[in-house]
Order: sequence, then C-alpha cells, then structure tokens
Amino acid sequence: MEVTTKSMPYEDWKDNEYIEGLVKELNDNGANVIVGSLDKLINWGRSNSVWPLTFATSCCGIEFVSLGAARYDMARFGWEVARSSPRQADFMMVAGTIVKRMAPVARRLYDQLAEPKYVIACGACAVSGGPFRKSYHVVMGVGKIIPVDVYLPGCPPRPEAMIYSIMQLSRKMKVERFFGGVNRQEKQQEFLKSHPIEGIDD
Amino acid sequence: MADIQERIATLYPDATFEAADITVVNIPDAQWHSLAKTLRDDPELRFDYLMTIVGMDWADSLGCIYYLNSTSTGAHISVKVTTNDRIKPMLHSVADLWAIAGIYEREVYDFFGIVFINNPDMRRLFLSIDWKGFPLRKDYDADENLNPVTTESERQSDFTDTWVEDENGKVVKKEVRVFGPEDFVVNIGPQHPATHGVLRFRTAVDGETIKKIDLYCGYIHRGVEKIAEQLTYPQTLHFMDRLDYFSAHPYHHCLCMTIEQAAGIEISRRAQVIRVLMDELSRIASHCLFIGTYCMDLGATTMLFYTLRVREQILDIMEKTCGARMTFNYECIGGVMQDLDPNFVADVHKLLEVLPANIKEYNKLFTGNVITENRLIGVGNLSREDAISWGVTGPSGRASGWACDIRKTDPYSIYSELDFEEVVRTEGDSMARFKVRMDEMVQSARIIEQLIDNIPEGEICVKVPKVLKLPKGHWCRFVEGCRGTFGTFIESDGTTSPYRLKIIPPCLPAAAVVDHITRGFKIADLITIGGSMDYIVPDIDR
Repeated sequence: MEVTTKSMPYEDWKDNEYIEGLVKELNDNGANVIVGSLDKLINWGRSNSVWPLTFATSCCGIEFVSLGAARYDMARFGWEVARSSPRQADFMMVAGTIVKRMAPVARRLYDQLAEPKYVIACGACAVSGGPFRKSYHVVMGVGKIIPVDVYLPGCPPRPEAMIYSIMQLSRKMKVERFFGGVNRQEKQQEFLKSHPIEGIDD
Repeated sequence: MADIQERIATLYPDATFEAADITVVNIPDAQWHSLAKTLRDDPELRFDYLMTIVGMDWADSLGCIYYLNSTSTGAHISVKVTTNDRIKPMLHSVADLWAIAGIYEREVYDFFGIVFINNPDMRRLFLSIDWKGFPLRKDYDADENLNPVTTESERQSDFTDTWVEDENGKVVKKEVRVFGPEDFVVNIGPQHPATHGVLRFRTAVDGETIKKIDLYCGYIHRGVEKIAEQLTYPQTLHFMDRLDYFSAHPYHHCLCMTIEQAAGIEISRRAQVIRVLMDELSRIASHCLFIGTYCMDLGATTMLFYTLRVREQILDIMEKTCGARMTFNYECIGGVMQDLDPNFVADVHKLLEVLPANIKEYNKLFTGNVITENRLIGVGNLSREDAISWGVTGPSGRASGWACDIRKTDPYSIYSELDFEEVVRTEGDSMARFKVRMDEMVQSARIIEQLIDNIPEGEICVKVPKVLKLPKGHWCRFVEGCRGTFGTFIESDGTTSPYRLKIIPPCLPAAAVVDHITRGFKIADLITIGGSMDYIVPDIDR
C-alpha cells in the first residue's frame, strides 16, 4: 500500500521506508473488514483536517504566521484552523526553542491536547537545541520532554518545509488504526511511562 | 565632557575617571546613590535616561557599569561601581531614581547574585525561583544535574525579598508580599496568543479593572551572553538574528560596529550603504508584521494578509541577496558577506512603487475604523517623563513625545548624511504608537529612495585578520533597531573571544512598563496596550 497524497508522486517523498514499516505493522496485526473500512474513512477525514495549536516561542513562529498568510496558504490543506486552546487542537507544532523554564509548560500543553495528538518538532532548537547547544538553560530537543512524531530541521524552516512536515504527519495518520491504536499510541504510552510527572497519572 | 568630569570631581573627590568610548566614573558604593541623584537632578548634568546596567564579574570583584544619557544635552556617561565580596555582594539600588533600574537590577541579581540594597523587589527575573547558581559568574558550575530539565511545574511564591538599610547602616532582609492576600490574581501566559510569544503576566484585577501586573520573563531565556563567552567574535554574530528576528539586520549592524570600533576597522562606503539599506528594509518589514499581528489581536484577522503581502516582497528581496528569509547572518566584521543580487535595485524600485498604495490601503481599512478608534485612542497613556524614566525607546517612546531616535541623536554609519524626519507624536496612547510605526515606514522608504540609485562601487568587505583579537578594554555602541535603542557592550581581555558580551534589548523596558500603563484600564485593554508596545519576547529574554 502506497501512502501518498494527491498532489505528490510517491517517489518524491522522503522516509518512505518508515511509512512502509508502519504499513507492515498495520497489515501484520490484521483487521476486521468493517472496522478496517471505518478506520480508513475516519483517517481520511482526520488527515485532511489537521488543526494546529498556536504555540510559538521564537523565530519559527513567524514563519508559521507566513504559512498561514495568503502566499503559502495552509488553508489549501485544511490546516488553517489554528487553535489557541490545546483542547481543540490535533497537533502541536513546537516552533522555537524550549528552555528549562518552559519545559513544564510545554509538557502541560501536550497533556492537555485531546487524543489522538501529535507533535512536530519544528526548527533546529526544537530538534536538538540547535545553535544554543552550549547553553545552560536550553532543553536539547523537545523530544526529551514529549514524544515527537515528525522532526523538521531548519533555522527557521521555510514555510514550504513546514507544509512538507505536516503532509508527512497526515501520511502517518493515514496508516494508524483509530480503533485499537496500532502504530503509535503504544509508543506514546511507553514514552509517558518513562517520563512521569508526579501527581499526574498518564 | 571635561566640565561634567570637573563638576563630578569637585563634588565627589573619591571619584576617579577612566577614558573609554564613553567616559567611566569609578565611585565607591557608599557614595553611589548620592552621585546618582546628583547626576539625575543637577541642572547642568540631567542624566535622566538610564540606558542599561551591565553586570560584570572581574574574577577578583563583582560590579556594575551604569550607562547614562541626558535627553536634554545628549551627553553620555558611565559609572562603575564594584564590590570585592563574592559571598554576599551588595550594592546600593537606584530603583527610586530611574523606574527601569528596578528591573535591570533584578537582571543583574539573577545573573551575578549581586543584591541591591533598597530595591523593593529582589527576585530572579529570568531563571526559575529554585535555580542554583548565578550563570554569568565566571565560576558558575554548569553541571546539568544541579539544574536538570524537569516537567514538574515550578514553585510559585507570592512573596519577594527586599534588603533595607536601617538607621545604623545595618542591612536587614525583609519579606514582602507581591500581591495582597485579598487580591484576585489572573494568570495570563506564557501560552497566550496575544502576548506575542511566551511572556507571562500575573494580573491582579478588581472586577475587570487591572490593579497590578507582575511580569515573568525567562520562558525563552537562552543564555546567549554566556554562550558568546566561549565563541570567537565572528561566531557570536549569528545570535543577533535570533534575538529580535525582525531587526536581524540592525542588530548585526550594531555588534559589527562595536567589534569594528574596538579593532579599528574602517569599512567601505559601499558596505555602509548596503547595511543602511538592509536596516531600513527590515524596518518596513517589521512594522508591516506589527500592523498585521496587532490588528489580528483586535480581531481584524484579514489585515494580516494585506500587510504580509508587502513583507513577503521584502523577504524575497532579502532572500535573493542574503540567502535566507529570516536569519540572514549577512553583515560580517568588515562589511557584508555577499554582494547584492544583480536584480536588487530593480526589485527595491518595484517595492517602493507599491508601498505608498499599500500604506494608504492600511489606513483606509484600519486606522480610521470606528472600532479601532474606540479601542486605541486614550488607552494606555505613557507620559514623556515616564517614557524616559522607564527607558521606553523606539516608536513607543517617540509616541510619547520623546525624540529618542539614535539615527538622529547619535548618528552612526551614514545616517547623518541622509534626509529623513524623526516621527514624534505627543499623545502617548496606543493609537499614537500605532501611527508612529505607520509613518516610520514612509520615512524608511524615503531613506531607501535616496540611496538605492547611488550605491557606490567598491569592495563589500575589507580585509580582516583571520584570527581576530580585540585589544583590552570595553566598548558600547547603540543603534536604532526596529523596536528601539539596541546596544551591545563588549569587554575584551585581549583574547579571541569576548570576556563579556552584554546585549541591551529595547523590548525589556517596553514589557516592564506594561504594569505602569495598564493600571486602571480594563483587562481587555491589556491586549491592545501590550500589542502596541510591540515587544518581541526572545529579545527580552536573550
């Protein structure tokens, strides 16, 4: 099964092996015909209306604003509904550096997102600390505090790159089992178990 | 300058003077507060604007350098106050003389652990309440285990410490409440769409009326100043792009100028013109985005699409020359990195053609709108005296009637040869701050018009030694960023990397003054007032 979108031929995608791995995992687990078809329908809807959380700490956030404006126009893909409340958003684009003081806040925002939820680490700082690698106050990659689905390099990434990253995310959504949680929810649970917060039961 | 020095010497025989780019007065801490009062109030001196406080660690002593400026005479002076006590360093506060000093002193306390006697609020400013150590000290222990990454919410306290001197000269520590026990406190931020980044206000309200705002910074504090101490001078440059990402060019310009001044490098005329062109282009792009996001804060979402149209056009011009849309890293020590794109002149002409029509359109759509007028006129008034005392520079300061444009008061580069007006308004409300930015775009376009057809030939970058070492000493330069007076301070010990690099951001005073100007207004006005100050949070936090 080739996971692709209308606008882009399959061979133009990068990281196809990863998605193929997910497809294999999905097929290995087997599916009921009815549940499987229902999954497909739901995922089709979900992957075409991915709502971002407006969460920007620095430069990348401004490119995210450009992405929303007329020239790059993310409304073409159904992502334009940027929500300010995590309760209404599907994914969190960590646009910018996360520092130690911000880490609990970022984690709380993630916890507040409604399931199913996704994270894109956008920009060099969120991926690995970027130019602030030697800093005493920067978290070296947002992956240390929340599970990340797509890593997007760049400083800041161009809006085109942001479009590509969200398209990758929607490809990932397509090969997920909405009922039963194959492919990603278990990994997310594992991550949260290894990064517990006192007083909060993941 | 000589008569200022003479005057201080007669009043304070203990004071010694050091020659630098801005004269340094050395004064013992015991006399510092009295000298500060003289400097501010003496009719011949009138140093009413505190530009910054630079905390310093000279290994054997800790201390501060205060940079002062007189808004009436334009004179500059700096004062150095030191203490040899490393265990419990204490200096006298000047928070009662300049309003912004309270915040600057908190910053020094946060980074160096110097306690300011009589400062009413001695909490950390950027780092969390339980942070161990003072990071900008030279003996700071950077062990990750001391201050680990945590996902637990940080401890909150409604109390702050203050050290006061009693009649016998003994310093005692006191605990003071930030908010009263009966205050109703609303938390706004750090994740809030209208704080323009990750700023946090704890707001005490009485019904809907704001009583007091407590500012929390540091949610994007990246420790640039400390990292820079481990890097060579050319390596420190790229951080300037990532502070106020809209003023990337002016900020680069500033640090390059400081280093060039220290190293005695003369840059070519062509490079100067290119730098000024880029500064002014980024000013237009920055104000465009300000207008768009500000209108969006007020609910006029579509304005963003109109203003970003011009911004994208400018970014295209810059991208062709610099190779990036936001983090350009274009200016380098000795000039600029690359020559201009062959189409640069034609592209800029195209921009200048469409710009007046666009500004007219913005005015038509938004400025005269009745909702806009109701929400902006007479809201968030800042008087000229307060603007100076709080150090609010840039368009926000000029909206209060303070002519503080560094391009006019202390012309750098080729600004003295250019013909443009400084936009000053006197109302001091949100509307004035908005209109100043609108008019500044026109003035920037005027500067570009004068230069674009006269870019001289010549080399773009002079020869600079591969391994750049600065002589011993310190330098401080200021430029007009898109949001106000931006400065860099470098102290060099003669090696290839700075001993101390201090970044003087214009946005910290702009955020600090929000408490002062929102009092008595409704909580909904906090959004319009905060938006009109146009602060960029990474610039505040650094």
